[in-house]
Amino acid sequence: MSAVTLPLLAAAGESGRSVLSPSGVEIVFLLVAVVVLGAAILCVTSRHLVHAALYLVVALGGLAVEYLLLTAEFIAWVQVLIYLGSVVVLLLFGLMLTRAPIGPSPDADSRNRPLALVVALAAAATLVTLVVDAFRTTWIDLSTPHGRSDALGESLFRTWVLPFEALSVLLLAALVGAIVISRARRADSEEGQG
Amino acid sequence: MHLVHPATLAVLLFCVGLYGVLARRNTVLVLMSVELMLAAVSLNLVAFDVWLADELHSGQVFTLFLIALAAAEIGIGLAIVLLVYRRRGTVALDRLRALRDGPGAAEATGGTDGAEQPTANDAARGQETTTP
Repeated sequence: MSAVTLPLLAAAGESGRSVLSPSGVEIVFLLVAVVVLGAAILCVTSRHLVHAALYLVVALGGLAVEYLLLTAEFIAWVQVLIYLGSVVVLLLFGLMLTRAPIGPSPDADSRNRPLALVVALAAAATLVTLVVDAFRTTWIDLSTPHGRSDALGESLFRTWVLPFEALSVLLLAALVGAIVISRARRADSEEGQG
Repeated sequence: MHLVHPATLAVLLFCVGLYGVLARRNTVLVLMSVELMLAAVSLNLVAFDVWLADELHSGQVFTLFLIALAAAEIGIGLAIVLLVYRRRGTVALDRLRALRDGPGAAEATGGTDGAEQPTANDAARGQETTTP
């Protein structure tokens, strides 16, 4: 009861940890967090469309580093392989196939940009206040790694095997759907010609 | 590590993605912002999974599922965007108003085949007035 009502420093003092004396992992985490946030902000504000995709690479790669710092190494490598390897390449293909201009495009942002800024800032203020207030006395114990591939694979193929199979069916359906959508135009033009 | 650090980073990343979804005009850029929001959710799941030291690794397994879902979503989304681009010649979100409802729907002309749009909208509006 007293730990809840006590202020932050007193509660942290019980366990010998404090926000004001961060550990090395925390410092690295905060530095990478600054890089991730900066790249994300550049990604949503850049007027060069291809640059926006490359800033997305920086942001997602920085997130992989954060996963490594949280000892979730398997997730980190999956993030690098799937997000950086395929999703960003798909996005770049999408930009190229919709004839994105090489230079800056002045119409990258819509007219409701101020409204979007207000909504995003309000959401950020509310959620940051809530999260900081809720978890200010909570610490993650990183002394034992908690994302090793063997433990994760065992859990994935024992407990979560049914959702895993459902997900593979969903991926197959998405693949078939993407092919069908891409082919629809060709069938139409053939009908139009014939 | 203080749990506030990853949680705050996830919140801020989510809000940056929210701004991108609301403010961007190019559909592919909106999809990129959605990816940012999904990545923020993934960071939250991993951080809370490591904090709780879950025996079943629920958070990390869900993050794997989320990454696969994001890949599926981006595949379908880009196929739709490419189809729209081939049909209409644009990927600007505020010019795709063929399905717009309410006042001003008649003047919504979406790109190349704008000639048949007003009649379709008038027909839809006529049905709307007769059915209730």
